[in-house]
Amino acid sequence: MFLKTIRRDLAVVFRSPAEVINPLIFFVIVITLFPLGISPSEAVLREIAPGVIWVAALLATLLSVEVMFRGDFEDGSLEQMLLNERSLVSIVGGKIASHWLMTGLPLTILSPMLALMLFVNPEGIRAIFFSLLLGTPILSLLGAIGAALTFSLRRGGVLVSILVLPLYVPLLIFATEMVKAGAAGLDYTGYFYWLAALLSLSLGFAPLAASAGVKISLSQ
Amino acid sequence: MRFFSLPDYQLIMLNWFHRLGAPRSFYEISGRLLPVLWVLSGLSILTGVIWSLGFVPEDYQQGNSVRIMYIHVPAAIVAQSGYAMMAVAGAVFLIWRIKIADVALQCAAPIGASITFLALVTGAIWGKPTWGTWWVWDARLTSTLVLLFLYLGIIALRSAMENRESAGRATAMLALVGVVNLPIIKYSVDWWFTLHQPSSFSLGEKPAMPAEMWIPLLVMVLGYYLFFFTLWATRMRVEILNREFRTDWVQRLVVGS
Repeated sequence: MFLKTIRRDLAVVFRSPAEVINPLIFFVIVITLFPLGISPSEAVLREIAPGVIWVAALLATLLSVEVMFRGDFEDGSLEQMLLNERSLVSIVGGKIASHWLMTGLPLTILSPMLALMLFVNPEGIRAIFFSLLLGTPILSLLGAIGAALTFSLRRGGVLVSILVLPLYVPLLIFATEMVKAGAAGLDYTGYFYWLAALLSLSLGFAPLAASAGVKISLSQ
Repeated sequence: MRFFSLPDYQLIMLNWFHRLGAPRSFYEISGRLLPVLWVLSGLSILTGVIWSLGFVPEDYQQGNSVRIMYIHVPAAIVAQSGYAMMAVAGAVFLIWRIKIADVALQCAAPIGASITFLALVTGAIWGKPTWGTWWVWDARLTSTLVLLFLYLGIIALRSAMENRESAGRATAMLALVGVVNLPIIKYSVDWWFTLHQPSSFSLGEKPAMPAEMWIPLLVMVLGYYLFFFTLWATRMRVEILNREFRTDWVQRLVVGS
């Protein structure tokens, strides 16, 4: 069911590719705004690059996570899926995984190019890539909890951000520290393990919490 | 039925628990307790304020501004444990579906948010004379700010959902997720701070205070807790009347008297 959900969600999305591309365009535009708004100088940009890339990734994920359950809820297929199958967790897990495949993974692949535009050195770029690789699944997992609690509400959009953004604080701290350490040529395996620990923690709990949230929202 | 194998005192406890869990008996019991709570919290806060503002010696470094501590520290303590208590209420509601726990959760959030806000504002006022700025990105300040965001998230979710039953379960879920995250947030922020700035503002590490300074602080902490519980119970009573306005006992209470 997990794989089935992934396959189905990907198929749905590839019929209207705009949904995959829009968060990516958003990601790139937000990052472009910073040199324009702050300063195009190399030293400044290198300094703020980890934070800028990570905050942009965070916002891009939040934008797309909101619709994780909404489309299926509105056309009724979410309820049908629940009727059909016993395991809600695997459906929710599949949705989270496909969300990551559609936003987190492309963001990660795109990030080295953007880091290059912000004058990050090669070591730093590698750190950005790995921090996003480990961190974007956490973004999808925690975001799913917020999305699950709000998909049945009419004004869910901003609400998801309010609910989820505070939960992203530790991730943002560890990820940007990892990138800074990498850019400074230091060993960043410690941060890497921290991110891995956060990932396994949220892998364990977030799908459960999100499927409880789906149940609550559907009972409304 | 497993209950029959329980020893007597546990049966009595359970019975008592169920009675407190019913909105009506909570209303009656809290009605009897509230005057006492009001008097106790008023007395302890009054004592604490007079003691700390009037009689505590000045700090040798901070002078009179140290007195803000007596308003600020208890607020910060109650703000944090308030969230924990709220999450416990959420867990009780999710597991046992006790209605009163939902009432408790909904009523604790605004009080907790206000007290967190108070802690932030008094912290800023204290920061101005001692650190020279209203705000620093200190670990404790930042994690208190995040705590405020968590409270606000609960309030926002509650007000966005129309159905009360599912709103209760959703906020309870969110409170639980928040309480799991709170220690992680706290430690990560602590760590972030220590990485960036060596403790130039080492207010965090309190020197061992002399007894004449910490006893009034203890009184204030007690007073804040009592005040928190008093407000909490008062709000809960109003909420119960609101929810149960169709029942006989509320009708009799309001119309009959």
